[in-house]
Amino acid sequence: MVKVIIDVMLKAEILDPQGQAIANALPRMGFSLSPVSTRQGKRFEFTFDHAPTEVEIAEIKKAAETLLANPVIETFEIRMEH
Amino acid sequence: MRVGVVTFPGTLDDFDAARAVRFAGGESVALWHGDEDLVKVDAVILPGGFSYGDYLRCGAIARFAPVMSSIIEGAKNGLPVLGICNGFQILCESHLLPGALTRNKGLHFYCKDQELEILNNTSLWTKDFKVGEKIVIPLKNGEGSFQCDDKTLAELEDEGRIIARYVGENPNGSRNAIAGISNAAGNVVGIMPHPEHAIDSLTGPSTDGLAFFTSVLKKMVNA
Repeated sequence: MVKVIIDVMLKAEILDPQGQAIANALPRMGFSLSPVSTRQGKRFEFTFDHAPTEVEIAEIKKAAETLLANPVIETFEIRMEH
Repeated sequence: MRVGVVTFPGTLDDFDAARAVRFAGGESVALWHGDEDLVKVDAVILPGGFSYGDYLRCGAIARFAPVMSSIIEGAKNGLPVLGICNGFQILCESHLLPGALTRNKGLHFYCKDQELEILNNTSLWTKDFKVGEKIVIPLKNGEGSFQCDDKTLAELEDEGRIIARYVGENPNGSRNAIAGISNAAGNVVGIMPHPEHAIDSLTGPSTDGLAFFTSVLKKMVNA
């Protein structure tokens, strides 16, 4: 099985109130972490029973651009896990 | 003068939108998301709600519904289209309007009567307003924060395509307190607050919203 993973994140300049809420919750819960920035995103997984072909990878990219991510506000990265 | 009102799975405000059309003196026509045929309506309203459960992103799935392919094609040829709340989100996802609606600043779902300032009375949906007019209509959304890049924002401002701005505190973090915008041609308008809930003093905070619907009907009489 081969997993194609698409990570979608809000662009850096777009306000991420969910990330802010998480950042605010950390110290309240007693964590001493102090990240400079906390952002929340989405992860999509397509599992194949074969190594995806170039044509399939191109289609995945197109699906990411048109459906999984909104390029107006989001960026995406595609990677594979064997 | 027939105005189509689209129902997607999860649409909530189709009934009120249809009622607003009738109050304004038009005939409302129910359109179904799975049907590409617009039955020759003269204008279309995409009402509020949570189409497809807001899965993925608000409006992202609805944008690919069969009815939307006809609406996108029609809008490019001048069909008047009004998107309210979730309808505004669908218009942005369809790229009929620029930008996107994101989660409210502070993450709260707002439900209140909101004052707006009307800034454009040249779009097909705002002709019956005066520029500078203040109106009060309900605002109810969780993802109503209008976002776009600096270039798009400058275009919207310079071309007078901002239909309305929030008066007072910006309720959701929208850039430049934008509540509604139009496309360059003025036939496609998206607005986050709900004019269709403010057409009758019995059921709304005002009747200020009615002018959106009378505007488009007047256009069709004159056309």
